[in-house]
Amino acid sequence: MTLSQRVNEWTEAVAIAGRQILAHKVRSLLTALGVIIGIVAVTLMGTAIKGIDTGFTNSLDMLGQDTMYLQKWPWGDVGDDWFKYRNRPNVDIRDADRINEAIAANPDSLLRLAVPSKGRDFRVKRDDRSASGVYTEGTVADFASMSTADPVHGRFFTHIEDQSAAMVAILGYDLAESLFPEGMERAIGERISIHGYKFTVIGVLERQGSFLGLMSFDRRAIVPLRSLQKFYRANWGDNIKVAAKPDVDMDAAEDELTGIYRRLRGLGPDEENDFELNRSAMVEEQLGPVKSGVALAGFFVTGLALFVGAIGIMNITFVSVKERTREIGTRRAIGARRQAILLQFLMEAVSICLIGGLIGLLIAFGLQSVVSTAFPDFPFSFSADLVILATTLSIFTGVASGLAPAWQAARLDPAIALRHE
Amino acid sequence: MASVIEIRNLHKTYHLGSTIVRALDGVDLTVAKNEYVAIMGPSGSGKSTLMNIIGCLDVPTSGSYHLAGQPVDEMEDDDLALVRNRQIGFIFQSFNLLPRTSILRNVELPLVYSGISRDERLDRAREALRKVGLGDRIDHQPNELSGGQRQRVAIARALVNDPSIILADEPTGNLDSRTGQEIMALFEDLYQQGQTLLVVTHEDDIAEHARRCVRLRDGLIESDLAISNPVLTRAQ
Repeated sequence: MTLSQRVNEWTEAVAIAGRQILAHKVRSLLTALGVIIGIVAVTLMGTAIKGIDTGFTNSLDMLGQDTMYLQKWPWGDVGDDWFKYRNRPNVDIRDADRINEAIAANPDSLLRLAVPSKGRDFRVKRDDRSASGVYTEGTVADFASMSTADPVHGRFFTHIEDQSAAMVAILGYDLAESLFPEGMERAIGERISIHGYKFTVIGVLERQGSFLGLMSFDRRAIVPLRSLQKFYRANWGDNIKVAAKPDVDMDAAEDELTGIYRRLRGLGPDEENDFELNRSAMVEEQLGPVKSGVALAGFFVTGLALFVGAIGIMNITFVSVKERTREIGTRRAIGARRQAILLQFLMEAVSICLIGGLIGLLIAFGLQSVVSTAFPDFPFSFSADLVILATTLSIFTGVASGLAPAWQAARLDPAIALRHE
Repeated sequence: MASVIEIRNLHKTYHLGSTIVRALDGVDLTVAKNEYVAIMGPSGSGKSTLMNIIGCLDVPTSGSYHLAGQPVDEMEDDDLALVRNRQIGFIFQSFNLLPRTSILRNVELPLVYSGISRDERLDRAREALRKVGLGDRIDHQPNELSGGQRQRVAIARALVNDPSIILADEPTGNLDSRTGQEIMALFEDLYQQGQTLLVVTHEDDIAEHARRCVRLRDGLIESDLAISNPVLTRAQ
């Protein structure tokens, strides 16, 4: 068996497959339907999971990867422990200063800065335009250094404005857009009212997008803490944001902050923490089951479609073997080895699957383009590894479905095959 | 003269349920190079079985068979495929051309399985088609040709690998008598050019073109006679 014979067997098999599919276009397309559906399913599942990942990373960046949120409540579901958390003392935002003192006292501290934060949803008005449910956050001027969004217009408030409880506000992008449809750069210096109190707009933040598609970080207002406290003194939503130094181990930073705050709270060695340090990494754990749910559903649909598709292709390949028994006999008589016949029918099944896979990819790509155009916020991403996955699955399906009929064809007795009517 | 086919005490038995069918029951046959042999016999005589074994499409139950000096009676399937490819040119009653495929591609096919490069394949296929008088129709498909032309394509395909023997199974069975005569004239030309030909037929007037006639009956050679005055048909 020489190499050139093998090469010729392969090229001949490819040529036959091409001719066969062209001669039975409709039949081949219908047969490939299962594979098409399977590949669309697997590709969309892949893009969805990737999209969730991408959207997730973006959302985590909004929280700040190096920021810890010192709060009364943990993020996520508290379940049966509700009362335990409810009975904890509220976080006292004045502790932010004490944490900063502790950081300053320790030259090896992994922490950088703590800022107090309090806030609630308020109605925001500008002349006859208004927006309700705008989260208005009161904080200090230092917050600017840990904000995940910078002002696109204007600026943050200063220490002096902060200390003097100046009535100034920084607006989120979407809020500025809805209150100042004539152009948000015109917002600077304009008066708005929050909960009936007059504020002057001094800045507009850049767009951040929505957090996991659930809540918008762009529909909010930031004002000096003392200004907010003029009309809002409830403390149940208070929290302290603590930024770590860049590129430090966040677990170690969390340990350090836990130690500092336990001391401030005067907790004995046997006592549990009566506060929560939330950070972005915790959200990741909550999202895991969503991703595996999508993956499971996707794999189920893909598996089912490919299985049905494989049976269809197996069936049509058996038909093809039957129809072309005489041709098989002729090819064997003029010198085709069994392997050449096997290859010929395998190649036919694989080609149908590959074409189905290609069509599936195109459909998935089209769907994805349509969805991304219609919902630009939906984080979809299409990538090369999905193409490779789809191709591999197609080839695998082709081989799995073509093997039995191809084997049957290869085992045919040439003398009998030649006499087949 | 070197013998191309040497068959000694060939047996082939089939099991049909509990009955044993002795399709060939001790056949001896020697064919020398450039012989023109007709193989005849009624159905059930073992004619088809003998043809299948000579064509290396089947192996004998016992006995020996040498083709062009090679013992082929105990060869593996892949080796038999190679022998068919190199030594035997098949011609079938119903032509067995590939549909929707140009006749050039049809004739080229044995060379594909020989592992010959595309350029050489096409050259040799064109040459073979020229030999059978179809050099100007290489791009036609079989369904665009008459029965006689199709059989000439099949002959070109049988010749393209320069085989030791041409094995024709009822080559004129699907043709009218005039076209059949044309095919026999082509065979005569090949014989004159030194080709070894075996023609399996049940028609006496086809067998009469050969130089030697082997008759089978009940799995045995009944007679093996030279034809003293063969019908000589020349192509016009």
